[in-house]
Amino acid sequence: MDRVAIIGASMTQFGKRDAWIRELLAEAGQSALADAGISPDEVEHLYVSNMASGEFEGQTGVPNALAHDLAAMPAYTARIDQTSSSGGAGVYAAWQSVASGASDMTMLVGGEKMTHRTTAEATDVIASLTHPVEYKHGVTLPSFAGLTARLYLDTYDAPRESLGKVAVKNHKNGLDNPHAQFRKEVDLDTVLDSPIVADPLRLYDFCPITDGSAALVFCPESVAREYTDDYVVISGIGGATDTHVVHERADPTTMGGVVNSSEIAYEMADLEPEDIDVAELHDMFTILEFLQSEDLGFFEKGEGWKAVEEGVTDRDGELPINTSGGLKSKGHPLGASGVAQVYEIYKQLIGDAGERQVDADVGLACNVGGFGNCVITTIMESR
Amino acid sequence: MSDDIPPMEAYRYPDGSITYPGHPVGPDGEEPVGTVDLSDYTATVLTWTTSTATPPGVRAPNTLAIVEFDVDGEPVRAIGQVTDEDEVEIGDEVEPVYCEELREPGAGIREPASQDWDGYQFKPL
Repeated sequence: MDRVAIIGASMTQFGKRDAWIRELLAEAGQSALADAGISPDEVEHLYVSNMASGEFEGQTGVPNALAHDLAAMPAYTARIDQTSSSGGAGVYAAWQSVASGASDMTMLVGGEKMTHRTTAEATDVIASLTHPVEYKHGVTLPSFAGLTARLYLDTYDAPRESLGKVAVKNHKNGLDNPHAQFRKEVDLDTVLDSPIVADPLRLYDFCPITDGSAALVFCPESVAREYTDDYVVISGIGGATDTHVVHERADPTTMGGVVNSSEIAYEMADLEPEDIDVAELHDMFTILEFLQSEDLGFFEKGEGWKAVEEGVTDRDGELPINTSGGLKSKGHPLGASGVAQVYEIYKQLIGDAGERQVDADVGLACNVGGFGNCVITTIMESR
Repeated sequence: MSDDIPPMEAYRYPDGSITYPGHPVGPDGEEPVGTVDLSDYTATVLTWTTSTATPPGVRAPNTLAIVEFDVDGEPVRAIGQVTDEDEVEIGDEVEPVYCEELREPGAGIREPASQDWDGYQFKPL
């Protein structure tokens, strides 16, 4: 079977940008075309991962706008929204388009423009994904994180400091990512003394609000060889959902969408969790890195915090997690994040990650929407 | 309970499970067979948080709890605000207390007419 390859990738500077959504998408799109060495008229399918350009900016129809700005007409185009996992869902759509034979050259661009809104407004746009019984109580995604972190620490007797160490690790990794929003180290005391946002979690347990865009170019492996020797293949991908109402989950410290999407991806790739060399996880909140690392099968339930304490997930550890700096330091432009995760794994697998480079042949990206409401897990391998 | 206060309505399904809120079908895919008014019961705090970064129209700080009711042996969870000025810990017992307006309708992005804005807060006993 002809596997699906990624032959080019790009990401813009993440952070507070003057550019608006159309400009951000076009910037990443043009860079990815150049990186892949293809012309716009070769693009057959063009997907845009974006959660809320209408709500944030009053600009809808972004896929068609991007097709025009890149001169990619008459490419088929669609916007992919799966909230925070829109990027991963875009990877899924792009993979599907190539795997099905519908397209021999697909581009995916993910992006979001958020920083012109206040924190309260941006939090509300994201919280609008919640069920009415949650929304009317003022429940936000950060408050889900606080609720779950308290239960996790209590259930597994984990120290509060272990969550802080996720932030310290990911900020340290982000230092070497030129595209990251924050390129500064933070120490544990700074994390633990920062203002409370959703008790017991504090400011440094949360990713920032970010503008940015990232892009990938997909094609069949047989076509990839015509363009480059430096490509990776998607060997497994899975998507899954969990309950819309978060409190209805049997075990609030387990993300069913992570368990189910990764089982599909592992089976497709014929790989086990121990085969993964490097991973990008959705650390929108520090607690999410523990939950995902356990639900992906890297560590036993309730043991993920020990891996961080023991340095297992450091860049020079046995299983480096979030070498990019993660959402925590790199930033989280909603629709771009899942695309940027795959960008990092792509760079690691082709050996082009610079100072962040680790020894890896197999990488995994896990992109979480809502509070685990929708999840995409993607496994990639060197060619 | 007086007639003008709406119930805290959960749905019961054929397999005996109960969910709050109710859904068109239960976990087993079957339509509900009855309702339960959770405001007749007390609940235990499973976890809680105090959110300081609240969205437009929401009180700040906003203490929230996920609680678990025991309805004749069947566990049912709910999320909600903890009553003003009150503090809770994991394992505390709470009672649902009706509140006419939990959040200012229209201050946030959600269309005011699309949902209810009243409901039940949890008060520690």
